Amino acid sequence: MKFDIPATTNPIDQLKVVGQPVDRIEGPLKTTGTAPYAYEHNVGPDTAYGYVVGAAIAKGRIASIDQSAAKAAPGVLGIVTAENAGKLEKGNFNTVKLLGGPNVDHYHQAIAVVVAGTFEQARAAAQLLRVNYERSPGRFDLAAEKDTAIKPKPGFGGPSDSSVGDFAGAFAAAPVQFEATYTTPDQSHAMMEPHASIAKWEGDKLTVWTSNQMIAWGVGDLSKTLGIPKENVRLISPYIGGGFGGKLFLRADALLAALAAREVRRPVKVALQRPLIMNNTTHRPATIQRIRLGATTDGKLTAIAHESWSGDQPGGQPETAVSQTRLLYAGEHRMTAMRLAVLDLPEGNAMRAPGEAPGMMALEIAIDEMAEKLGLDPVEFRIRNDTQVAPDNPAKPAASDPQSKALPEKHPSHPPFSQRQFVECLRLGAERFGWNQRDPKPAQAREGSWLRGIGVASAFRNNILMKSAARVRLDHRGTVTIETDMTDIGTGSYTIIAQTAAEMMGVPLKNVVVKLGDSQFPVSCGSGGQFGGNNSTSGVYAACAKLREAVAQKLGFDAQTAVFANGTVTANGRSVPLAQAADPSELVAEDGIEYGDLDKKYQQSTFGAHFVEVAVNAVTGETRVRRMLAVCAAGRILNPKTARSQVIGAMTMGVGAALMEDLVVDKRLGFFVNHDLAGYEVPVHADIPHQDVIFIDETDPISSPMKAKGVGELGICGVAAALANAVYNATGIRVRDYPITLDKLIDRLPPVA
Amino acid sequence: MKPFTFERARTPTEAASAAARHPGAKFIAGGTNLLDLMKLEIETPMHLIDVNGLGLDKIEATPDGGLRIGALVRNTDLAADARVRQDYAVLSRALLAGASGQLRNMATTAGNLLQRTRCPYFYDTNMPCNKRAPGSGCSAIGGFSRQHAVIGVSDACIATHPSDMAVALRVLDAVVETIRPDGSGRSIPIAELHRLPGDQPHIDTVLRAGEIITAVTLPKPVGGSQLYYKVRDRASFAFALVAVAAIIQQDGTGRVALGGVAHKPWRVEAAEAEMPKGAQAVVARLLAGAKPTEENAFKLKLVERVLTAMLADVRGGRV
Repeated sequence: MKFDIPATTNPIDQLKVVGQPVDRIEGPLKTTGTAPYAYEHNVGPDTAYGYVVGAAIAKGRIASIDQSAAKAAPGVLGIVTAENAGKLEKGNFNTVKLLGGPNVDHYHQAIAVVVAGTFEQARAAAQLLRVNYERSPGRFDLAAEKDTAIKPKPGFGGPSDSSVGDFAGAFAAAPVQFEATYTTPDQSHAMMEPHASIAKWEGDKLTVWTSNQMIAWGVGDLSKTLGIPKENVRLISPYIGGGFGGKLFLRADALLAALAAREVRRPVKVALQRPLIMNNTTHRPATIQRIRLGATTDGKLTAIAHESWSGDQPGGQPETAVSQTRLLYAGEHRMTAMRLAVLDLPEGNAMRAPGEAPGMMALEIAIDEMAEKLGLDPVEFRIRNDTQVAPDNPAKPAASDPQSKALPEKHPSHPPFSQRQFVECLRLGAERFGWNQRDPKPAQAREGSWLRGIGVASAFRNNILMKSAARVRLDHRGTVTIETDMTDIGTGSYTIIAQTAAEMMGVPLKNVVVKLGDSQFPVSCGSGGQFGGNNSTSGVYAACAKLREAVAQKLGFDAQTAVFANGTVTANGRSVPLAQAADPSELVAEDGIEYGDLDKKYQQSTFGAHFVEVAVNAVTGETRVRRMLAVCAAGRILNPKTARSQVIGAMTMGVGAALMEDLVVDKRLGFFVNHDLAGYEVPVHADIPHQDVIFIDETDPISSPMKAKGVGELGICGVAAALANAVYNATGIRVRDYPITLDKLIDRLPPVA
Repeated sequence: MKPFTFERARTPTEAASAAARHPGAKFIAGGTNLLDLMKLEIETPMHLIDVNGLGLDKIEATPDGGLRIGALVRNTDLAADARVRQDYAVLSRALLAGASGQLRNMATTAGNLLQRTRCPYFYDTNMPCNKRAPGSGCSAIGGFSRQHAVIGVSDACIATHPSDMAVALRVLDAVVETIRPDGSGRSIPIAELHRLPGDQPHIDTVLRAGEIITAVTLPKPVGGSQLYYKVRDRASFAFALVAVAAIIQQDGTGRVALGGVAHKPWRVEAAEAEMPKGAQAVVARLLAGAKPTEENAFKLKLVERVLTAMLADVRGGRV
């Protein structure tokens, strides 16, 4: 199904099932421990265990590996290193080879997998490998390498640079100017379930049970890396214990399980041990961000500049931290630029809301600082700089495009937002949160030894369109079964897909079976970039629309006028049970959603506002969050319960980003030092207070037939800055280097009475 | 994890003599730290002696009005004991500030004292660490040292002792009772149990081979306001940046011990004479000669601020 004109009324608009806060359909499996995760599939009694060995140096080469003791250890079945792995290509989505050797590209890059009859035997034997390294000097310090950074080629986040008007001139002429530099640290996804895979070969056919967000990408890169046809690779990933972008790609667990299983001719299980994950897998790269703002005295932004520096392995990509600044606020003269330095740290890549998450951490403090400089309320300042058209959109519609006539005349090259209820989010949030209680003068509210403050930040994340397909089956009992390689990374995909199918086919939710995460199913959008919900359900919509046609034809109805409801199909007074269409043989339909250029004619984004109250201990500088509110305008909310879970989870992650998450680089030894969950702290229950989420009533017919957009990443964008602004309101101390730990406050706190 | 043999001991003397027969043997009780270290091959005992069956799990009154805490009393039980809560509140508070509920259910009194540092370089066997691999060097010096010790450090090691409980025991003048393989016992004041790193940071305590802790005794209660403040980056389940255990009497005298600043619970009795003069005077002596790194110098100020607030709270009747 091609989606190239805005949606009109369709069966989803009935909202009998879609839009309802139904429980997760797979919830009982998860709460009873019967949903099999990647490491838990039983694929045969002869399954062996692989244990991954990571490089002990950050850069250099392996001179030799003495395997004799490991090979002789009890239970050892085989050892795979680059020497006996055969020729391996590098996956399209991998910057660095997943199996290192002889060259070592980064610390804990996998260099071997040791296979044994039990996990304990494999682990013990792995520790007997004697590896001799030759170290080389490396580049590990972003600040030191900043001036060597180059202009990267355009990537997922658009071109490296953008420019509208004359920023330099406008900034110089602006009556009120603001400039500051902010830093965000490297961060780890730190998902609960480690990267894990089981591989089994049958002849030249490979099956891998794994934990992966993007099944088709995984199939493609595994087949490419191994040099075997895609048709010979099957990936199965029905349940995923968190990904956050860390499982978008083929990683070492899946590749090494496949290599190990081929070596020992038995199925092999591999899970990355927790202390390996931070340095072996991808992470969110650190940034240095310089922001300059120019405004009139009445608070209209006239000049906006945002530059960001980040680092990655050779051939890598920048953290696209300037993305939101191209779109969020009005301002006639503007520029953004991203620069990329080469670092020999582990590979950087996407982590929940790549670009916007760290970008908003900086931009939204800057906006708060500018509002103060202007003497304006930060909510009001943001409202004054609202825009209903993309102020800086590099993707301009063709002049001959008839749609462009609808665009405002003043900015014919700036497409309108498909929906932008940004101001509504700010106003409603301010009202509900009690924003008027805030004293604009910082450090005024004290309760005992606690300094209280509240802060606000905007939320912004683009809506990404990806094609997505599904197959739908109808059987003679009236059961509707959906098959798609879509994944559920804890987000609720199973449930919203079931809701979509139930609404489309007019059956109760309990009559829908959803099968996900298998590469034998039609290729979906996968889970990432908050695109999973809207696109995967749109693919299911398309498949169900096709099935409705098949049903109508079978039962002798006109597909356009037939009503599918309560398990029956009705038209012109005639009513037939839906199941009858599948008698004697099941009906199967397959289709997908594909998009035209509505994302060029319109800028599709999601908006929100975050409000946070903190208390900062006046003695110690410890910051504790007291209240949080997110207001989101993100199109139709397909399931308010799972969507709320997504947003509060994202808010929690934002608290982590604000207060504690920091992969600390040892700039001498070239690795992330705190590489386990004791050293890399993420929020615990005691850190998280009551969280409120409000969804603005919105449908976006430009986006998809579901009229939905993404929301799972919107929830993190801006949270950390709202918290930083609340800390400032509480203490009068502006911290521009995340995370906001007490050592950055303590020198400027008031004396202890 | 290296393969090991395993036995269950029935009496403390049997455990101690078993340890003497197996050089490098380790006692295991809750296993909350030892098993992690064995999996990473930071600890590689060839023999484990399970001491959970020794019956040392009681808290009893002593003839002189104190308490005798069996070595195997679980942290949860100790923190919840009514006598501890009433007369040794600083101990209960310190215990509850440590670890998580699940870990406290398993962790024992002796095991808590004998847990090893959480220095990240100690935990990474690829990295030089004098505590793990004597003579290999110290990665934390000049490296990531925000959590590390600021006083009593050496050129060989700047690790901290991670226990909260031990800090409270130090301020309470606890005494550690042991049994040796020959069946003889000795009493070690808590102040003398843990060592400073010096040039042998791999040796954490003064315990000899085969010597097993059987109990920790507390002298009779000293009253006062018994406070424990643990400063950390998140609200729970995190090791202390700084912890302050204090017992402050109404007349302004008192005791103070620190966690998170040294290779052992840190207390300088002479500094406590300054208590009536205020926190600044106390801390000046308590942390005299401190050698913080650039990353952890904030701990000095933090200690002084917390103690200042504690004294003010006691004076103001707020605690």
